[in-house]
Amino acid sequence: MAYLQLNGVCKGYGSGHNRVEVLHDINLSIYEGEFVAIVGFSGAGKTTLMSLIAGLQAPDSGWIKLRGEAIREPSPDRAIVFQNYSLLPWMTVEGNIRLAVDQVHPDWTSIQKRDHVERFVAMVNLTHARHKRPRELSGGMRQRVSVARALAMDPRILLLDEPLSALDALTRATLQDEIERIWAESRKTVVLITNDVDEGILLADRIIPLSAGPRATLGPEVRVDIERPRDRKALNHDPRFKQLRKAVTGYLLDSNRRGRTSLSRKLVLPDVEPEDLNKPRSAMGGRKSALRKSEIREESIEVRS
Amino acid sequence: MTALIQTCEHFGLEWFIPFLRLIKGDEPNEQWRQIFSDIGVPILSFLLFLAAWSWTADHVKVSFGSVPGPGAVWKQAGALWQEYKDDRAARAAFETKQAQRMREFLAAHPGEKWRVRKYSGPPTYVDQIFTSLETVFAGFLIASIIAVPLGILCGLSRIVNNAMSPFIQLFKPVSPLAWLPIVMIMVSALYNPPDPMFEKSFISSAFTVALCSLWPALINTSLGVSQVDNDYLNVARVLRLGWRKKVFHIVIPSALPLIFTGLRLSLAVGWMVLIAAEMLAQNPGLGKFVWDMFQNGSSDTLAQIMVAVFTIGIIGFLLDRVMMVLQRAVSYDKEGVR
Repeated sequence: MAYLQLNGVCKGYGSGHNRVEVLHDINLSIYEGEFVAIVGFSGAGKTTLMSLIAGLQAPDSGWIKLRGEAIREPSPDRAIVFQNYSLLPWMTVEGNIRLAVDQVHPDWTSIQKRDHVERFVAMVNLTHARHKRPRELSGGMRQRVSVARALAMDPRILLLDEPLSALDALTRATLQDEIERIWAESRKTVVLITNDVDEGILLADRIIPLSAGPRATLGPEVRVDIERPRDRKALNHDPRFKQLRKAVTGYLLDSNRRGRTSLSRKLVLPDVEPEDLNKPRSAMGGRKSALRKSEIREESIEVRS
Repeated sequence: MTALIQTCEHFGLEWFIPFLRLIKGDEPNEQWRQIFSDIGVPILSFLLFLAAWSWTADHVKVSFGSVPGPGAVWKQAGALWQEYKDDRAARAAFETKQAQRMREFLAAHPGEKWRVRKYSGPPTYVDQIFTSLETVFAGFLIASIIAVPLGILCGLSRIVNNAMSPFIQLFKPVSPLAWLPIVMIMVSALYNPPDPMFEKSFISSAFTVALCSLWPALINTSLGVSQVDNDYLNVARVLRLGWRKKVFHIVIPSALPLIFTGLRLSLAVGWMVLIAAEMLAQNPGLGKFVWDMFQNGSSDTLAQIMVAVFTIGIIGFLLDRVMMVLQRAVSYDKEGVR
């Protein structure tokens, strides 16, 4: 019996002719304690999929069940780490986590709550910064707070929505290691959404590609049978790694080419040259009329069918 | 020293920082340049203004003599201050005399009651300033108590917002001069206690101020609340925060900078409206002072009114500064407040 199950889930935006179906017929089963990565292009609908699992949005058709219960609304059961951290800027690191703990464990004494908060602050190595506000933290530190807040909710399932995509490569590598360590310690069920195939292979038990949108759907799963702990350096030379990567990337690129026609059309642009902003402007105005260059340009646009 | 610089920044005294840096010895040339541009230029422009004013004053004749120049206005300011000091002295003399009389009376007629007499001198200019400040704060308080909660409701609920919208559109542009007669009639009808704590004119002025200064706070609060970042609301949804917790932990802190912007604008509007309200309601503040001076038409009149104009301007400026400091104190985005 799957822990988290999605069956025939569709989701679109708009109505009538303007309706765009973002996700089409999503079927997914995730088992307890598993680390699953969903990999897809930017704009494919990954975040929509995550919102559906989190319960922030409802599917148009199909159903989502966690432990056999249908998901209708958001809940701390399904803690989500947002791409843009979503920390409350007027609260300290501790305050942000405390808000979650207060809500999930209302019957605890304040000492219990404090210890709980401290434990998770320590887990993401932020004890030295616990009284700081988010604006005083770097991107990587903010995302750690966000992870600590999610874990402190003691969720049944942890949803990571492109948690590392806004970070620089070095910080990202550090946090990937940290996420793996935390997962190994807590043995939570984790769904990671990412656009980085390597990240998926490094962290997940299974990788499921999400085809390019619109009407994105899940592709065939790829099982990552590389033993843990996985070493980033060694991985690069591992033939299995190359194989996996080829499989996932191949599917994604294919899905991107398929179902897409392009046509080009001549566009007549206004006869105006853009101003060169690198040139200093004089304070009193300078050139009044726009620069012109009589020329017809060709530009191609792509129309997805 | 660095702490002192930060304090200056916090209280909006940026102009003072170059002096501190100069004492500290940070790049003296840069500091002098900054002092000239931040302080020198405003002083120069003000001097220019004074010169233009003096010149105009000498060349324009009005019905009761000439227009007072800066010197005459400054002299009147001094005269008003002297009047205040004299009044204080007279009041003190009156009090000592009364205390002495009371002792003599009680010694002569033990057991009888002494009737305390109040000092009956007219209010001085300084007293009038304080009356004005009390009135504007009373009005501002009423306005805030109504506007902020109502604004929060408007921002949270589309329905409330739509329900309030016609009133906001309709009453926002109404001048205080139009409200005042209505308020005065209502106050006369409804406020008739046997032993009134407040003057009717005070209440009328305060309510007029409230009616006019309500709107900026209301609009900004509702804007701030409706613009709360969706991410924060998603956090609230995932945590399943209750309504009260959502409002107090997420919505209000997030909207606080805009709420305070609204309150700051409200206080500014209130102060502006107050003068007109006091003029008509005869509340003994700066507005009444200006009106009385206008009515009595002596040769000093115009100079005294100009003193009042400068007082009103300076106090308005100070009120704005106070609100700005408060706004910074409560905002999580300190740099955003100017």
